[in-house]
Amino acid sequence: MTARNRELLGLIPASLLVTAGFAGVFIQRSNALSNVSLTYGALFLGLCIAAHVFIRLTLPRADPYLFPLVAVLASFGLVMIYRISPTLARQQAQWFVLGLVLFAGTIILFRDYRKLERYRYTIVLVSLGLLVLPRLPGIGYAANGAYLGVRIPGLFVFQPAEFAKIGLVVFLASYLRDTRQVLVQGGRRFLGVTLPPLKQFGPVVVIWGLAMATLVVLSDTGSSVMFYGGLLAMLYVATNRLSFVVIGLIAAAIGFWYLGTHIPHIHARVETWLHPLNPRLYHAPLGSYQVANSMFAQAAGGLFGQGFGRSALSLPAGGALLPFPQTDMIYAVITAELGLFGAVAVLITYLMFVARGFKTALLARDSFSTLLAVGLSAMFALQVFVIVGGVTRVIPLTGVTLPFISYGGSSIVTNLVLLALLLLISDRARRPA
Amino acid sequence: MSTPIVRLFAVIVLLFALLVLFTSRWTVFQAASLNNNPLNVRTLLDELQIKRGRILAADGTVLARSVPAPAHTWSRTYPTDGLFSQPVGYSIAAQGRSAGLEQSAGPDLRGVQTGLSSIFGPLSPRPVGNDVYTTLDPKAQRTAVSQLGGRAGSVVALDPRTGAVLAMYANPTYDNNHVDQLAPGQSTFNNSTQAAWPPGSTFKVVTAAAAIDSGKYTPNSMVNGDSPKTISGVPLQNDNNQSFGNIDLTQALTFSVNTVWAQVAEHVGRGTMTDYMKRFGFYAKPPLDYPPLQIRASLPVAPNGRPYPPGSPNEDIGRIGIGQGGLLVTPLQMAMVVAAVAHHGALMKPHLTDKVVDQDGRTVRTIDPTVLSQVMKPSTAQQLSLMMRRVVEEGTGTPAQLGGISVAGKTGTASIGAPGSGLTQPWFIGFAPADNPKVAVAVTVALTHGGFGGTIAAPVAKAVMQTLLAEGK
Repeated sequence: MTARNRELLGLIPASLLVTAGFAGVFIQRSNALSNVSLTYGALFLGLCIAAHVFIRLTLPRADPYLFPLVAVLASFGLVMIYRISPTLARQQAQWFVLGLVLFAGTIILFRDYRKLERYRYTIVLVSLGLLVLPRLPGIGYAANGAYLGVRIPGLFVFQPAEFAKIGLVVFLASYLRDTRQVLVQGGRRFLGVTLPPLKQFGPVVVIWGLAMATLVVLSDTGSSVMFYGGLLAMLYVATNRLSFVVIGLIAAAIGFWYLGTHIPHIHARVETWLHPLNPRLYHAPLGSYQVANSMFAQAAGGLFGQGFGRSALSLPAGGALLPFPQTDMIYAVITAELGLFGAVAVLITYLMFVARGFKTALLARDSFSTLLAVGLSAMFALQVFVIVGGVTRVIPLTGVTLPFISYGGSSIVTNLVLLALLLLISDRARRPA
Repeated sequence: MSTPIVRLFAVIVLLFALLVLFTSRWTVFQAASLNNNPLNVRTLLDELQIKRGRILAADGTVLARSVPAPAHTWSRTYPTDGLFSQPVGYSIAAQGRSAGLEQSAGPDLRGVQTGLSSIFGPLSPRPVGNDVYTTLDPKAQRTAVSQLGGRAGSVVALDPRTGAVLAMYANPTYDNNHVDQLAPGQSTFNNSTQAAWPPGSTFKVVTAAAAIDSGKYTPNSMVNGDSPKTISGVPLQNDNNQSFGNIDLTQALTFSVNTVWAQVAEHVGRGTMTDYMKRFGFYAKPPLDYPPLQIRASLPVAPNGRPYPPGSPNEDIGRIGIGQGGLLVTPLQMAMVVAAVAHHGALMKPHLTDKVVDQDGRTVRTIDPTVLSQVMKPSTAQQLSLMMRRVVEEGTGTPAQLGGISVAGKTGTASIGAPGSGLTQPWFIGFAPADNPKVAVAVTVALTHGGFGGTIAAPVAKAVMQTLLAEGK
């Protein structure tokens, strides 16, 4: 069977999921199966097949599992969002269409994605600029204490950190491709540990400082952890020097410790993470209400969940029981309604996507492609870890999206671009030499 | 670069394993404690979806029922307009607050939710709870309300043969339909079960039971009733400093002679007195089917506000024996005292619930009468009954007389407030018919200016007993 036929077959689970999911929500809502659910399923399936045909035409050798896995996640996300708010689901579907357009655009424009290397400094500057945008007066705004969004009045709202994610990975892949040899060989050994040469390591230090600055200026812990983790992952793959990672982790630990104890709003975050069930923190503004109710929602889910559409999201008197169910807390909604089994199934789907990304990195024949695939996959995995880890209290809760599932235009569009890049790398890697 | 890539993937697998671990921690391992966390309103929201069963009076009057509320939820309404606020309590599921039977009978009212039905919850129909029939008598309850006439105080009526609570009413009260809008002077505090009031001379019934049952005295034992007598080193006076000379215990009870009973209590001794108090239920919360947080144990309290340990050498057992010495009781406890005397010395476990009936009319559970303790020998109870009849026939309790039906009882008039203030708390405890007791009551009015148990409390008790007996209780 060819790769593309496997991909086509791989879309069957996604289409079944979306149809069954919508049917489930409808039954729950009105006790009657409406044909709208079938329409939704058919439309979504049509979009997926269109994308599949496009991949078949442009990237015939690309990894056959990446796109079906995304389709499963996106269809699942659409059903979850539909269950939370049909209006948001329609918007999300529109964003999905726009994302597919950009996906196609990326594939056509960057067929030879290696030309991205030429613009790496432009890309990194634009990315950094994007990161600072939410702090600019007039267009930037704070949500939930963090400066994550940019609002162009009357036009749209977007989260620049999502776009910056890809830009930073492209830059690092290109930069590390050039300097990896020097980083390894030019290093000095000190107390048995290889220290990297300062000159080439400089930009890496800059990124570290940037991650910390992001944390302080934008209070966006999630993105900061994601960027920094992605940096370390790429640095490790590029140099195969564990010492660099250890040094990086120690530096980060010191940074996080300092900020966590000295910056009041970050300290508050840490407190709510450690003591979410403390009544004082629970009732405090921006306190642990969200984290505590995430835990309560998961406890209500148990092994099998309460069923689609059956968990309480808001209080009868009005007000949110689970704040931000469609973005930050969507994993808690999934766990509440589908239980531990449903949640683990979602995590495994993500892990399979990441595994295919790493597989692509292994197959790639040049360092830039490998580093790019590793960076994109690692960043994607870290994003899942940061938000799910926050919701499940592995780490303090921060506001990043759950890729392909959370509501959010920026997220779905950038992650489809990320998918396009992985498919491009994969297609090139699998071309006969 | 392949080795670090594989290792990196291994790290990511570990990170995801951590996510699975923590998800299982909340969904499985710590689910029970999270579900029961007081901050968690989910359990309550689930409860809102349950149509709780009704609470009914003994005659079938509906005291509480569920009415549909928006968004497939239910709320509670109490059709008797606050008449039964204290025993029934309230349930506001949306706020997770409940009290009274609504709380203590909650599992019955919600119906049984088995583990299996919670797994298949989405498939099973909305749960409906069971009806709880109480032992409460609306007529007696109304009599209590009108007789107290707004005065702070309490009326508790028991069936001495079963322990069934027939009436339980106290002022101040509240309307359980409007728990959040208490008018000035209203309170959800239930004086019948939570008050800390001095029992006055009604406690002499306990002292008499201990004295006679322990064999140290008989109703005919003679004791000097002069006034004052030195008790625990401090002179104790009778009412109006009246001296009675040598009198027997029957007369001492009939005329409520303090000096006699204080000496009797001292002679019976701290140990025996404490033992009998415990048998009557003192020192412990009465095991009523009512939230324990709304029940107070009756016991002597030291001047510093802390309860004396049972049998403490610091307590003034002579004054405790006449209902002073820091002794603080609930009306429910005093009703239990008099019910035990009425029922051949056997104290029945008090209960508000009569039976639990499911939605198909099947009786799920019936509350069988249970003996809580055999407080005294039946012969002692018989002797004590005769003594208490004399109280109503010719002593301090004559206003409790019911034409044609013999009544046994004991009055009490506790001095409260500063010495010499003239403030009193009148009491009456009694049962009827004295030769075949069917009702036992404890009545108190919390504060009067010089009122006596016989003149203030006894008429209330009489009316409540009359109502209950007229209904063939």
